[in-house]
Parts: sequence; structure tokens; C-alpha cells
Amino acid sequence: MQSFTTASAAWGRRIACVACLLIAFILTMGSSTTAEAKMNIQEVTSPGGIKAWLVESRQVPLIAMRFAFAGGAVHDADGKEGIAHFVSGMLDEGAGDLKSVDFQERQEELAARMSFEAGRDMFTGNFQTLTRNANEATELLHLALTKPRFDAGAVDRVKKQILTGLKFDQNDPRRVASKEWFKLAFKGHPYARPVKGTMSSVATIKREDLSDFVSKVFTRDTLKVAVVGDIDAKTLGPMLDKVFGDLPTSSKLRTIAEAKPPAGPQRKVIEMNVPQSVAVFGHGGFKRKDKDFVSSYVLNYILGGGGFNSRLTEEVREKRGLAYSVYSYLSPYRHAAIYAGNVATENKSMTRSLEVIEDELERMADKGPSAEELKNAKQYLTGSYPLRFDTSSKIASQLMWIQIEDLGIDYIDTRNSKIEAVTLQDIRRVAKRLLKADGLIVTIVGKHKGVANKPKKG
Amino acid sequence: MILEQILSPSIWRTGLFAFCAIAAAMTLSLPSDSALAASAVSHFKLKNGMEVVVIPDHRAPVVTHMVWYRVGAADEKRGVSGIAHFLEHLMFKGTKKIAPGEFSKIVARNGGEDNAFTGQDATSYFQRVAKDRLPLVMEMEADRMVNLRLLEKDVLTERKVILEERRSRVENDPSNILSEQMTAALYQSHPYGTPILGWEHEMRILDRKAATDFYERYYAPNNAILVVAGDVTANEVKKLAHETYGKLKPRIERVRAARPKEPPHRAPIRINLEDPRAGRATVQRSYLAPSYTSAEPGEAEALDLMVKILASGSTSQIYKRLVVEQKKAASAGGWFSGSGLDSGSLGVYAVASDGVDIADVEEALDKALADFIEKGATQKDLDRARNSYIASHIYGGDNQVRLARRYGWGLVNGRTIADIEGWPARLEKVTLEDIKRVAKKYFDPAQSVTGVLRPVEKKNVDAKKAGHEDRKS
Repeated sequence: MQSFTTASAAWGRRIACVACLLIAFILTMGSSTTAEAKMNIQEVTSPGGIKAWLVESRQVPLIAMRFAFAGGAVHDADGKEGIAHFVSGMLDEGAGDLKSVDFQERQEELAARMSFEAGRDMFTGNFQTLTRNANEATELLHLALTKPRFDAGAVDRVKKQILTGLKFDQNDPRRVASKEWFKLAFKGHPYARPVKGTMSSVATIKREDLSDFVSKVFTRDTLKVAVVGDIDAKTLGPMLDKVFGDLPTSSKLRTIAEAKPPAGPQRKVIEMNVPQSVAVFGHGGFKRKDKDFVSSYVLNYILGGGGFNSRLTEEVREKRGLAYSVYSYLSPYRHAAIYAGNVATENKSMTRSLEVIEDELERMADKGPSAEELKNAKQYLTGSYPLRFDTSSKIASQLMWIQIEDLGIDYIDTRNSKIEAVTLQDIRRVAKRLLKADGLIVTIVGKHKGVANKPKKG
Repeated sequence: MILEQILSPSIWRTGLFAFCAIAAAMTLSLPSDSALAASAVSHFKLKNGMEVVVIPDHRAPVVTHMVWYRVGAADEKRGVSGIAHFLEHLMFKGTKKIAPGEFSKIVARNGGEDNAFTGQDATSYFQRVAKDRLPLVMEMEADRMVNLRLLEKDVLTERKVILEERRSRVENDPSNILSEQMTAALYQSHPYGTPILGWEHEMRILDRKAATDFYERYYAPNNAILVVAGDVTANEVKKLAHETYGKLKPRIERVRAARPKEPPHRAPIRINLEDPRAGRATVQRSYLAPSYTSAEPGEAEALDLMVKILASGSTSQIYKRLVVEQKKAASAGGWFSGSGLDSGSLGVYAVASDGVDIADVEEALDKALADFIEKGATQKDLDRARNSYIASHIYGGDNQVRLARRYGWGLVNGRTIADIEGWPARLEKVTLEDIKRVAKKYFDPAQSVTGVLRPVEKKNVDAKKAGHEDRKS
């Protein structure tokens, strides 16, 4: 929350956008472990029937918990987009008898940390407490989830903050490019709507909308919980009942249709007076359960997901100096999947950058990667796996996502062998199936004088 | 609470750059994560003068390996701003043994991740790898400490990249343009006023020779600190360090020169920036303050706690008053940045609520400050703030990268291990009187720069268009 420390902050050479990190996260979530990194995951069922995965880790006197409900921005009522996100900002604004300031002071006294995030499909929570304060801190979490107050003053304040944030976002070329991309790719589907809503939709959201979302989404039937840290199964059981036991047993979620981005090419330029343009490019992808998902994940690492080891960075940044940041990712949602990417470059270089990107997609679709590239990718993806398990919160996150994606409690032990099993043949076939250089949906935000407003082909 | 979004494009912009976000966090109170590791940390020197710190953490079979150089952007000669950061990029361009661009690829092929960053006072390179790959990264890092080989064409291509980086971070974001202007005004003589990335016109002429000169002057074992955290013992690291870094010859006289000192500031400075991309009107004010290294004993600790009470988060006085009670601001807060070698800074900010004149917001902010200076904090406030910092230790102990950074950052800025580890104990000594005293002393208008950023809608057809589309959707 230190916005203005940037002036004195250091500058990293590497970049990794937030989206990238999230995606990397989902995709590498289960990523396995080396033989040495075995961890003991216990499946705990509380006396009241709440299930959680637990990894005991006693070295640091804290407990990290991550949990998720199946229901996110896709379930926002029509015309009231942004409800889920609004709720995520309201849960520490007062609950039970504690008004917002009291709640937050209490939280600070206990040094408890809680945050919530509304995604398109999921609503997730992140909670940490010192072991010694676990009783009181989990009581606060229980209140936040079951008795949020939604006091008028707090609702107004948070609404104002969201609107201010949206106002800033309107001038942020990255956000505008991404928002416009989803509009084009998912026209008519809830995925087309921005998770944070719009200025006009957020303005109409009322207290009842927030409570309604909570009662529909915060339910035991879709709950997934992961706990890591200084606690054993016996202690965890009653704690789960205390936090989640009061929630309704079943959710009331509307059915969401499956969606698929239309075939491109499509290109939209949004004029903004900035020296550097930002483009989002992409098309449909594979869902997590697709038989080719793992191959496509390895493929994306080689093409645009692997930072300095990816072809896009090599061609756009390292060879040509066109951009500081260029990458691609796979996002498998519940009801759709995309392959997309992002590049930022001075206005006059955007045409060239997009050409280079399209050429790389085409080259990969035609010929696939080399045996060497595949080998290198496997070495990184399998070898770096333990890096995702070196803090309690990171472990908890991995365990939560494995549950959400229903990959199985042994996934951590089998994931590397799935990656090892990808052959050059697989990946060539999958490259052809996935990549459509002439079918990209592209949104460009910047000054478009000098930016050719046409796709290369089509 | 939705502070993150509000805290304006700048926080998200840094959020866009993962490591930069880490670096920003680092400028907060520096030594807070040391408690858990305190007893286990080893510290020794190689014969060539290179310092070594080892922080054991055996929970996962991974290690974090960092090399910190005692040099940063503030050590650049005038006219070549950005060279420290540019060189940091060029350090990935190869040596006799490693082809251009291969460094990161080798790390990745070994299942590792690497990165680097540049600050005003320090430059750091790091890798995270499985523990059995530690010898490899130590050998590679030792190699590029003295054997960097730069090709003209790689230098020119990378210069385009840093200019794009500047466009991403600064030119595309008015709040960062304002920050850059304010920092330049806050330091009238000291080089902290020059941006780490460099001024664009100077970046454009940075070349191979400037990079090589800087490299040869400052990159040497006797100007570096090795920090290894993770699943290793001090003896293992000692042995490996002797076999790698230990073989390098020290270069003579690597100590950086003292930087020009700030003259006394006589009057407040104001900067008004109008930019159609600004979103909402914002006011921020920076004050010169000491850093942990330059402060009188206990002052920096008091400043950290004072700012926590006054301006950090939704329980702070400024937030409660301007945002919750008066509703004049959509967001408000402040910071103390105490990690610099020569100076720190202190500041407050507020983002105007829709329809509220930014002048009103500034007045309310001034009033809140004046009241705080007069009345100070309560014991309950102080206890809560202290508690919160002490807890952040324990949370920090869960993360070996944070621990490693903590020690590297502290040592490179002239702190000792004892200083770093004694931080919680020193927090305990801060009294309510100290809080009041540092508030009065350092919220000195004559030492301040106030920046006001106003969106100027009518001049920007484009922003209006974007807004319009949004309303339709």
C-alpha cells in the first residue's frame, strides 16, 4: 500500500506482469516436486464435515490458510457488474458487532492478515495468523465470512474507492487494452464484462446486492480449503467448523454457458495519448481438462511464457530491442479458455512488434520447437518446481488450486512425469492445433498515428 | 478495504513489474524480518575482502543466492545518469565462457529463476535454485563479476530496451512523472534527485565505454556481499565461496566516493502537474528525513512507528479523518523510506474524492498533520503499530528471499548484522515523546516538496472517449 515509494524503488531488469504471475501460478500450481521435496498432505475432515488439505510445518509460528468458493464475477447480476469485486473489498469493513474501524484495529492488534479476491470464476481468500493469536484471529475471519455488516458508510466509502480506481484504470493503457480484448473475445458472455465492473454498473450496486452475492456464493458445497503451518489435524478440525461451519450448505449459482472467442483476425485500436502503446493479442485456448493442456503449457513456455527463454522475448526484445516487456500465457477458465499475450512498445514500433509476434506464432505452428528447446523447457518446468513450495502461503496456494482444478491429492507427485511425457511430436501437433497467427484478436491502446491498423493477413 | 486499487496507477504499475514491487516494499522499514533467523545467521569475509552472509532455512531443498554490490545510481558521474541500471541489464550479455543472453537460460535449464535490480545505493543479482545447483550459480556469478564481455551491437539493442522500460514505467504514467519531478526537487544537490532509470536524454547516449568504465570501477569481490539463504550450512557455503569468488583478485580502491551533501533547504517547493491521464486529482508531499544509516540513534525507528500510526493503512489517523470521517479523500496515507545510505524521506498523500477540490483536500491534510504534531499519538496507537511491525518479522521469517534481501540491503547500506537484528528491540524503546518529537522535527515545511497532479479532461479527447465507452458498456 505504499504507492509513492516508487520514486526510491529500485528497477528490476525482469518483468512479469500480474496476469503472468497469476497464470503461471494456476498452471504450475500442481507442478510436482523433486524427490527431495516430498511433503505430507493430510486430508482433514472436521467434526462438522468441512474438508481441508493440511501440511504441517512447525518451524515458523504461523498458520497460513487459503480458501475458495466457486463463484466470481461471472455471477454478478446483469447491469451490476463488479459485485463480486465489491464484496472482496467489504469483508474487512466491519462484521458482527465490530464496525469497520474496530474490525480493522482488532485485526491489526492480532496481527492477522486477511485479503479476498474476486476472479471471473472463483472467490478466494488468503488468511494468515500467528499461532499464538489463532483463536481470536479465526473468529474475526468467521465474522467476516458469515456476518459482514455492509454498513452504509463503509459501502459508500468502498464504492468511492472502486470508482476512483476505475477512473485511474481508464487512463492505464494496459488495463484498457485488456478490458477491450475481453469485450471482443467474449461478446455476449459474462466473461466479456470487467471483473471490477464499470463506472455506471458500480454506481448502481447496493447493500442488498452485496448480501445477496454472499448468501449465494459463500457456501459449504463449493468450498475448498488449504492450510499450512504450525497446526495439527486435531486442532484444525474444530477451527474449520468455527470459521466455515455456519455457512449455508448449498450454493445458488446460475448456469454459465460455455464460451469460445470468435476466430480472428480482428484488430481494434483505442486512441490514447501515450508515448508507448500496449497491445493484447490472443485467441481461444485449451481448458485445464483438455488432453493437450499439458503439452500446450510446455509449448507456451517455449513460445512466450518463459521470459528470457521464450522466443517472443528473444525476437522482440533481445534481438530487436522493440520492447521491455513481451509475453504470452494460457488462461483456462471454467467455461472458456484463451491463449493470449501482451506487448508494450513505442507507438511507431507497434506494427513491427506485432508482425514479429505473428511470425513467431506462425513459425511455431508450422515447425514446432526444436528438440533442444523442448528439453530446456522440461528442465526448467520440472526443476523449478520446488521453488513454488518454499513459503507456507505459497504451499497453501498450490494446494488450494489443485483442489479447485480437481487434479487429485497425488498431483504434486505426478505432475513432473506428465511434463516429462510430452514428446516433440505431441507438441508439434498441439502447436498446430492451438496457434492461429492469422486468427488473432488484437487490441491496441496508444497513439495510432504510425500504427498500421490492419492485421498482417486476412 | 480497497486501498490497492486506489493507490493509483503507480502502485499497479510497479505491480506490473514483479521485482520492482519487491523493491518498493524494501524501501519500507528495513530490517524487520530478522528475528527468526537471528541466531542462525553466519557472517564472514573471504581473503579478497568479499563479505558472506549465510541464512539457513531447511524447509525446502532450495536456496536463494544473491550478490550485492556497494554501488548504485547515486554513484554515477553527472551526465551519465542511468548507467548503473544499464550495466545491470548488460551483465546478462555474457563473458568469455558464457555467450550473450545465455546466463538466464542456463539458470532456467537448471530449474532456476534469476533476476537483478538497481537502487540508488545498491545493485543486486540473484538466483533461486535447487540446492544442488548452488555451485553452478556461484561459479557463473563469480565469472561475470570480473569477466564481462560486451559486444557493441548488444549494447545498442539493450539501450532501446531501457528506453522502452522508461516509457512503460514513467512516460506512460503521470503519477510517476510527478514522483520523478518531486524527487528531483527534494534533492537540490544530492544525486538521489536523479532517477535510477536515468534522464531520457542521457540514457540515449549511454554506450559501451560508459558501462565498461562503471563496471571496472565498481564490480569486484572487495566491493560485494554474498548472501545465501536456504537449505545450506555456513560451512558448505564457505567452501563453495572459496572455490569460486575466493579465487578472484580484489581490485584496488573500490570504495565509492562520498556524495555531495544537501544544502539547507529554506523554503517549501510546489510542483503542479496537469495531465489528462491523471484520473483523479492527487496531492502528495515529501519531506527530507534521515535514513536508518544517517539518523541519530532511535530516530529512524521512531519515524517508522510515527508514520505507521499517522498514515499507514486504514487504521491510520490520516485515513480515518480524511477518508472515513470527512470523506474528502477517496484514499490517503503516507510513508517513511529509511533505507538509503545518505538520506531518507517522509511523506503523505491523498486522492481527492469525486467533486472535491484538491485544495480542500490539501488543507484537510495540513490540518490533520498539524493536529498530530500537536497532540501526538496514544499509547494504544503506539502498541498497535509496534505489534504490527513485530508480527511482520515473524511473517517475514516464512520467506527466505525476504530474509536474504533484508541482510543484503542492510549490509550494503553500512549496517551491521547486530543493527539489523536489533531492530525489534530498538522499536521497544520508542516512546510517545519520541513520536511527537520526530513528527515535529521532520514535518518541516521548509524541507518539503508538495506535488499536485490534476486531470485536465477537456484537453484530452481520447481519455474522454475511453470514459464514454466505459459508460456505455
